[in-house]
Amino acid sequence: MARNCLAANDWICWEYVSSRSQELTDATVQHIWITAVSVLIGLLVAFPLALLARGRKGVAATVLGITTVLYTVPSLAMFALLLPLFGLSAGLVITGLVLYSLTILVRNILAGLESVPPDALEAARGMGYGRIRLLFEVELPLALPALMAGLRIATVATVALTTIGSLVDHGGLGNLIEQGLPTFFKAQILTASVLCVVLAIAADLLLLGLQRLLTPWTRIRTAKAG
Amino acid sequence: MGVFTQAWTWLATGSHWSGEDGAWHRLGEHVYVSALALLVSCLIALPLALWLGHIGKGGALAVNLSNVGRAIPVFAVLALFMVTPLRNAGYLPTVIALVLFAVPPLLTNAYVGMREVDPAAVEAARGMGMSGRQLFLQVELPLAYPLIMTGLRSAAVQIIATATIAAMAGLGGLGRIVTEGFAVYDTPQVVAGAMLVAALALLVEGVLVAVDRIFSPVRGRS
Repeated sequence: MARNCLAANDWICWEYVSSRSQELTDATVQHIWITAVSVLIGLLVAFPLALLARGRKGVAATVLGITTVLYTVPSLAMFALLLPLFGLSAGLVITGLVLYSLTILVRNILAGLESVPPDALEAARGMGYGRIRLLFEVELPLALPALMAGLRIATVATVALTTIGSLVDHGGLGNLIEQGLPTFFKAQILTASVLCVVLAIAADLLLLGLQRLLTPWTRIRTAKAG
Repeated sequence: MGVFTQAWTWLATGSHWSGEDGAWHRLGEHVYVSALALLVSCLIALPLALWLGHIGKGGALAVNLSNVGRAIPVFAVLALFMVTPLRNAGYLPTVIALVLFAVPPLLTNAYVGMREVDPAAVEAARGMGMSGRQLFLQVELPLAYPLIMTGLRSAAVQIIATATIAAMAGLGGLGRIVTEGFAVYDTPQVVAGAMLVAALALLVEGVLVAVDRIFSPVRGRS
């Protein structure tokens, strides 16, 4: 019983969690704010881009093409390329993460806007809706499920990708993973990895709850169909 | 922009392409690992997603499973492998990590594609006396095809981009060009490596778009 799991380098070690709770909390907090800021900026950039690309085949192809190219740039190289602009800062990691999230967000927002039935648009226009009212009262609500699906995917992926930020010491829980690697510190690597996954699932559930609150009509429809 | 010119110079240098560490060899390794991972991912995700979509059950399971997979950081998976005996298992750790990342888009897209088939079409097919098998092959699958292909495309691109992390585990692939450049602060080499990965991803995307157009069952019907 007196065996020390830290000395034995066990995978699961409560003593590690309790003795390093401050370090773990700091890393988790950093992880959360880097993810949140990245996704929010991603959303703010993706929405106008999707609006711009909607209904214009050429613009849509260009926007989707560029964001896809950005997505294919490996994270290692992305951070190396942004390094001269930002230095070893959180801005470097956040910019990289925003660029990655754009592919998912733009695609989903665009798909959501384009899936709005033409009948609904025509009916609203016939009722005298202007462009702004049409966007906010008809198109946006109808596109919301696709938009939220994209937001959930982007958030979960960003939580996971944030770990790569450990390359420049702004990777939240990834920092702990990286620090644990050279010494084979199993408890630290596993605890940080598990926390990453828990964080991602928590964020996903939170957004799912938000989606349900925002789209009550989708539940009524499924209830009737079932 | 100077960096990109230097990257072009790097790419234009013949000696960078030959030998064990050469770009051709790395490209071969990259394609091998990516293709293997995509194949395994398809074998896991597509039958499951199509079946779940057909019987109309397990939606929450499919989506949540895929989200769990997406939530797992590749870096963490590799780090975990690197402190276990699996680090000596060649490309296995990389392929496992890539499959974990590729299954979500495949599964979710195929499942959503199957579920979003117009219920009226399904009802009409049932009313015409179609069996479950006929319904699946002649109605659901063709109508779900575009979304399934979208999932396949994003999975392929994602795998090719993510396969660069194989280099972090000391394995091959185009990521080696990037990490080796990173290690010696050779930015032109880093950019050249990144450009090769991006070019490969775009090429594969283009090929898949072409395949999609040629084989699309709903081509010309709209």
